[in-house]
Amino acid sequence: MTEAITADGIRKRYGDVQAVDGVSLSVRTGEFYGLLGPNGAGKTTTLEILEGIREADEGRVELLGLSPWPRNAKLLPRIGVQFQASAFFNKLTARETIRTFASFYGIGPKAADAMLERVGLTESAGALTDKMSGGQAQRLSIACALVHDPELVFLDEPTTGLDPQARRNLWDLLRDINAEGRTVVLTTHYLDEAEILCDRVSVMDHGKVLRTGAPAALVREIDDTVRIRVESGLLTADRARELLTAAGAVFTNLEDDGVTLALSTDAPGPVLSMLAEQNALRGLEVRGATLEDVFLQLTGREYRA
Amino acid sequence: MTATDDQPRTAPAPASAGGPEKANAFVGLSRVMLLGFVRDKGTLFFTLALPLMFLVLFGVLYKGGGTSHVKVAEVGQVKLLDALKDQKDGPLSVLEITTYTDENAALAKVKKGDLDGMVSEGADGRLVLRFSQADQVKAGTVQGIMNSLVQTANQEASHAAPAFTLDASKVEDDSTKPIQYLTPGLLAYAIAMGAVYGASFTLVTWRKKRVLRRLRLAPISAGTIVGARVLISVVVALAQTALFLAVAQLDYFGLKLTGNWWLVIPLVICATLAFMAIGLVTGSLAKSEESANGMNQLIILPMSFLGGAFIPLDFAPGWLQDVSKVLPLRYLINPAKSVLSQGGGIADALPSMGILLAFTAVLCAVAWRFFNWDDA
Ligand SMILES: Nc1ncnc2c1ncn2[C@@H]1O[C@H](COP(=O)(O)OP(=O)(O)O)[C@@H](O)[C@H]1O
Ligand SMILES: [Mg+2]
Repeated sequence: MTEAITADGIRKRYGDVQAVDGVSLSVRTGEFYGLLGPNGAGKTTTLEILEGIREADEGRVELLGLSPWPRNAKLLPRIGVQFQASAFFNKLTARETIRTFASFYGIGPKAADAMLERVGLTESAGALTDKMSGGQAQRLSIACALVHDPELVFLDEPTTGLDPQARRNLWDLLRDINAEGRTVVLTTHYLDEAEILCDRVSVMDHGKVLRTGAPAALVREIDDTVRIRVESGLLTADRARELLTAAGAVFTNLEDDGVTLALSTDAPGPVLSMLAEQNALRGLEVRGATLEDVFLQLTGREYRA
Repeated sequence: MTATDDQPRTAPAPASAGGPEKANAFVGLSRVMLLGFVRDKGTLFFTLALPLMFLVLFGVLYKGGGTSHVKVAEVGQVKLLDALKDQKDGPLSVLEITTYTDENAALAKVKKGDLDGMVSEGADGRLVLRFSQADQVKAGTVQGIMNSLVQTANQEASHAAPAFTLDASKVEDDSTKPIQYLTPGLLAYAIAMGAVYGASFTLVTWRKKRVLRRLRLAPISAGTIVGARVLISVVVALAQTALFLAVAQLDYFGLKLTGNWWLVIPLVICATLAFMAIGLVTGSLAKSEESANGMNQLIILPMSFLGGAFIPLDFAPGWLQDVSKVLPLRYLINPAKSVLSQGGGIADALPSMGILLAFTAVLCAVAWRFFNWDDA
């Protein structure tokens, strides 16, 4: 079996909101897989359906060859789950928390403490969980998801809300986890995170998977595109469109969000010379394609986490 | 030392590092719940300190309220009284006799109401009783007692067998002291607080903090979770029982346990289950601790008053007593009172235990109907 997860046409509706709208995906064993999308894209709901804590309205899911819904006790020891918001017992220290979670899997305190050490929390093992910083709580949360040595790990936005240093530390940890041979499924709204960590990503929006592939491959599909930005207020969007059209430049996604005037183009030359002629180069930024452009091209709008 | 401290980042794979060491989910969960209880100052206060304060406070306030003594001054030597003074259980057991030498001082006290009467011995063995009419009940009592004392003495002096005798006994147990109903009442209140809150807050807090859904992803059964919660609530309830009985038995409060007092243990266990089931219902219905708290109080306070936890309801109107019958508390208080200090036995406890378990079953079914793993 090389597929750790297969999902086929899953849908979930909350009242008027179609949170997941026909998602199909497959994750290979040992893969680091990302669900990338802005807030409200349906990442968490998709993940919860895969984990088996939410029932899909429609569709079929298989995890390690088994169906996660209804609750499947055979599957549970083989998967590790970290929720978007931490799930700790009240009034417990970090050490007590991980030992408790370990006990659910028949794992003793020594191994639990070793996991705490691994995520670098030995120093704060005696701290109550509600007194811990965001980064510490995330690391404890991940440690609790890993304490029983699962083959398949789900992480829901593990680095959201962390400072850059803490994010980088966590990235190292996540890479190690994957390097040990575990399949990792991660959701994120950070493009850089998906680009750096994931073997493959599914770009999601409005409950749908827009495109799936290795980050580099997704970018390559649109690699000729260059994103150009200047400060807003130098030139109105209408005026820019007029001038560029007159100069015969080819461009897409021209927009002014009040901070920057931005556009995408395959041929930056005419655009840049027009901007220079108009003396509108302040804050100039020229970038090759990134996942952000993939999103832009797929949805026709800027990526906003 | 410091240099090497940062170094050993050897990442042991937990399963292999675990070796022979084992852990048990039931033990782990029980520990979590016990720690949650002892580390929560609010819970400790409301389930242990406050009810115990009530016991001490009411115990002090009502002390001596059960058998109201008649206070009598003995002025000079009164042979009739002296002869009976040492008999603890005789007719003088309700009399509290103080010896006075100054007749006027004693008389002043009777007038003020500090004493209910004063007795002195006149010439020819005449017993002189002066009493105040201020408290008519006491006035009647003191006259009656003295009268009967004199008659008994006369009769003994005549060496004739009495033609009639009166064998009177109270319908209440011989020594109904306030501590005897305060202890089971306030204990029941304390246990209700502990068990209702224990179950309902565990449910609400764990749901809100997503612990419930996390537990659902762990390979443990609902039985393990419920079992651990029951164990800890029962342990807490038995600790409350031990504490209350220890305090109530202090000489100052003077509770005397009778033969089958241990029956209070199965009673407390059954009642704990019933109270926990109430907590499961409120915990399933409530979305937040605040609303769970409101619901719990709305149930516990009326249940405690109507069940007679704070004041005996023997003289309450019938319909009020009927209301208390649909609430589980009275099925702990009444049999507990009986087995603790009034010589009650299995027959007094068993029906109530059955009723408490029936409450548990019904309330659990209701809770199951509203139960949710998740907020959403
Ligand atoms: N339990 C819920 N009840 C109602 N609406 C929900 C619930 N969970 C998510 N939604 C809605 O479904 C959509 C997708 O949410 P979610 O899966 O959390 O997205 P993401 O994790 O990508 O931010 C959002 O519009 C959100 O408001
Ligand atoms: Mg989310």
